[in-house]
Amino acid sequence: MMFDRRLLQNFDWVLLLLLIIISLISLLNLYSATFPIRDSGGSQIFTKQIYWFLIGFAVFLMMTTFDYHALERLAYPIYFLSLFLLILVLIKGKVYSGSQRWLSISGIAFQPSEFSKIAVVIILSKFFTSQGEYTEYRLRDLWRPFILIVIPFVMVVKEPDLGTALMLVIISFSIVLFMKINWKSLFILMTASMSSIPFIWFSLKGYQKKRILTFLQPDTDPLGAGYHIIQSKIAVGSGMLPGKGFLKGTQTRLHFLPEQHSDFAFSVLAEEWGFIGSLTLLLLYLMLILWCVNIAKNSKDMFGSVLAVGIISIVFWQLVINVSMAIGLLPVVGIPLPLFSSGGSSVISTMLGMGLLMNISMRRFMFQ
Amino acid sequence: MRISGFNPVSVEILSKRLRTLSIFIVIILTALVLRLWFLQIINGPIYRTQSDSNRIHLQRIPPLRGQIMDRDGELLVDNRPSYDLYLIPEDMQDKEELLNKLYRLISLKPDKVRAILKKHSSRHPFRPVLIKKGISREELAIIETNKFNLPGINPQVKAQRNYIYGKLASHIIGYLGEISEKQLASGKYFNTNPGDLIGKYGVESIWQNDLNGMSGGMQEEVDAAGRILRVLSRKPRVPGLNIRLTIDKDLQMLAEESLKDKEGAIVALDPNNGKVLVMASSPAIDPNMFIGGIDKDEWNRMVANKNYPFRNRAISGEYPPGSIFKIVVALAALEEGIVIPDDEVTCTGIFTLGDHPYRCWKKGGHGAVNLHRALVESCDTYFYKTGIKLGIDIIAYYAEMLGLGKKTLIDLDHEEDGLIPTSEWKLKKWKTPWQPGETVSASIGQSFLLVTPLQVARMISVVFNGGMIYKPKLVERVGNDTEEVYRFSPDLIGKINVKEENLELIKKALLGVVKEPHGTGSMANIKGVNIAGKTGTAQIINLELIKNKYPDGEIPSEFEDHAWFVAIAPVENPRIACAIVIEHGGHGGSVAAPIAKKLIKKYLDMEKLLPGSEQ
Repeated sequence: MMFDRRLLQNFDWVLLLLLIIISLISLLNLYSATFPIRDSGGSQIFTKQIYWFLIGFAVFLMMTTFDYHALERLAYPIYFLSLFLLILVLIKGKVYSGSQRWLSISGIAFQPSEFSKIAVVIILSKFFTSQGEYTEYRLRDLWRPFILIVIPFVMVVKEPDLGTALMLVIISFSIVLFMKINWKSLFILMTASMSSIPFIWFSLKGYQKKRILTFLQPDTDPLGAGYHIIQSKIAVGSGMLPGKGFLKGTQTRLHFLPEQHSDFAFSVLAEEWGFIGSLTLLLLYLMLILWCVNIAKNSKDMFGSVLAVGIISIVFWQLVINVSMAIGLLPVVGIPLPLFSSGGSSVISTMLGMGLLMNISMRRFMFQ
Repeated sequence: MRISGFNPVSVEILSKRLRTLSIFIVIILTALVLRLWFLQIINGPIYRTQSDSNRIHLQRIPPLRGQIMDRDGELLVDNRPSYDLYLIPEDMQDKEELLNKLYRLISLKPDKVRAILKKHSSRHPFRPVLIKKGISREELAIIETNKFNLPGINPQVKAQRNYIYGKLASHIIGYLGEISEKQLASGKYFNTNPGDLIGKYGVESIWQNDLNGMSGGMQEEVDAAGRILRVLSRKPRVPGLNIRLTIDKDLQMLAEESLKDKEGAIVALDPNNGKVLVMASSPAIDPNMFIGGIDKDEWNRMVANKNYPFRNRAISGEYPPGSIFKIVVALAALEEGIVIPDDEVTCTGIFTLGDHPYRCWKKGGHGAVNLHRALVESCDTYFYKTGIKLGIDIIAYYAEMLGLGKKTLIDLDHEEDGLIPTSEWKLKKWKTPWQPGETVSASIGQSFLLVTPLQVARMISVVFNGGMIYKPKLVERVGNDTEEVYRFSPDLIGKINVKEENLELIKKALLGVVKEPHGTGSMANIKGVNIAGKTGTAQIINLELIKNKYPDGEIPSEFEDHAWFVAIAPVENPRIACAIVIEHGGHGGSVAAPIAKKLIKKYLDMEKLLPGSEQ
């Protein structure tokens, strides 16, 4: 690949800056969230996360070094690689608290399901780009993407990782909706998914049903399954306007808040920095996402736009679902807040996606 | 490379769609912000309170109940340490092994502990769980020596009410019991919580709010597991006020020993101010029994006990006064001019009214007796004749004047009135007119007459202290080093209006009861001390009538007469007045009088008023 000086000129500093700000806030918050358990593995979680961010930014930069159009060509190999990893995790994966999600490569564990989301986004982008003329889609036009989504979906459900499986469906649906589906097909699709709810319900495991039930009525079991929702709401609400102060969140410090460095990291922020803090963070995410929408708009081709929209939908929906969970709008499903919850796979897959957006942004003025 | 550029139409459609996407994103995030506004701003204070109640655990420190002492400040009731056994679930290593050890060491049943632990939320594994209340000192010693071997076991000390002398003065002091929901709701009991012990009877009950004190508290910061991290604030408890009674412990002890294995009561007053020196009632119950809670069967057994151990016979025992009542009749007769003191009446042993014979206790009679001798030797005939001349209503007037037949208003609950009948009362209650024969019986303290031992003790006080009627009281002081809410002051509630010379005649006669050779109370005599008194033998039933039923003379004890003795000493400067009743004891002179002697002797000795003792 030839180095082009214009690439450097077009480097998207705003995107990078937003990512750095959010990452720093995230690390600050994680320091507080792991502070009460610093002697029992907490400080380790914190330093590990710093490394994950460093790796994440390296991946981010790596993703800018090639022309993203290569992905269009490599879409199928990438897709099959992700399927292979999903199969591998089902065979050789590490079982952790009842589900087989982790693959360990030379001591570093990661979740292939995280990367399957991006693989699905790439393959869908390729599909919709290859359709040529921009029209409304009917159901019968969508049988190929349907199969492409269902295969990884089933494998992720098998792990089981229902949160990620749900994300696969939501992301794919978002892209299809964006590409415009005709009303009749949309209606049929909605009716079908509605009528499948009872079947999904009966295929859920006991603890999953319980989570949904306690979400609907958290007070029925305040010390049991409803505990997480209640304690998270108390943490968020008790932050009030200014927050309790850094390292002073009592819900966090005294362990009332469950999963405080992963799923409920947002609650830690809301408790310690109050409405001002949570509003600031949401504004930063809004700026990031709208900036990404802008990248999609400025992309000089269809593939870039659809790829950008797919990546945006990954970040956006994870943000919405995770925060809704923390503030008691949705049941507890294990979906991380991008860049904010602790854990390597999420950071790296998010940075990978952001790197691709940077790639698209940098090449917006290039004609091939 | 295939070129996948846009045609211009596609570009326009795409930007329109991306604009819609942006709007959608803004709307959704705005919804989240609104929700955050609702949680953090509108409901923020509510959640702040909830997060505080999450982390702040209020530990109540129960107050130390005030002490109760006798008149010299000698402790009768205090608080002693009691030990409760707690278990911190998180600290126990092997539950089953621990339970087995506890069973082996102190016979604590594993099933019981298991049941308690099951009820306890597993979310607070560091919060101590009470597994046994009130372990004994021996058990505590066993636990302490094996503590290294009992991880998680934690004995904690608390104060427990301690009635040092057990039954002593228990009818006055009273006892504690758990506060009922109704009592809690009434708001009359300050600073109490569910499960608290409050006074249920006696001084413990009447002075509950002063004895109770104020509980203190600790605000502790706890984590989600219930582990205490630090104490945020501390409010010290305020101990309850102490009560000093007017009772003398040693004298009370002597009185109760005299009543041992008997049923009856003893009251001793200071005639000059109404202070109660002794108030004993037998049988009694040891109030320590109620501390740890008492099981229902035992409670029912005590309540159903025919001997009524709960009844304070000194104030709620109603007895016919018997010959003690002759003091009233004599005073009435003198005041009304019915008798001339030196006029003699002939006693043949039988007085007949209509065709009904009324016997004098002395077979064959006393011969010619004047008022003095009639009192000294307790001649029934003299009083039959005198009483019939007075009529019941005049007798009743003097009886009430001397404080009989109505509550003395002593500072205790459950006092009874007794009964002084009048013709009006009889007509109202029984719908038949008063019969002269009933006046005859009443003249020697029988018929419908009922009095309490306390009334009798006060009556003799009134006769000898110049006619002053004091309200009996038994609390000397309520307070502590810095505070005093009550101090005894004599409560003069009346003065009898009688001629001094008449009182002198009666006083002289009552001195004769003890001092003269034929006096019925000579067994109360102490050399060198002027003791006055009067015996009484109160009939339950006319023994003559049932004699035939028990030919071998073995009359069951429940039909035996009550023995009375009322006394005061020294006559010239009265210091102690006492009334003694022994149920089914027989003759007052032989059963009750010796007890009065012991009491008076002891008291005068203590007060250094006995001849020979240092002045």
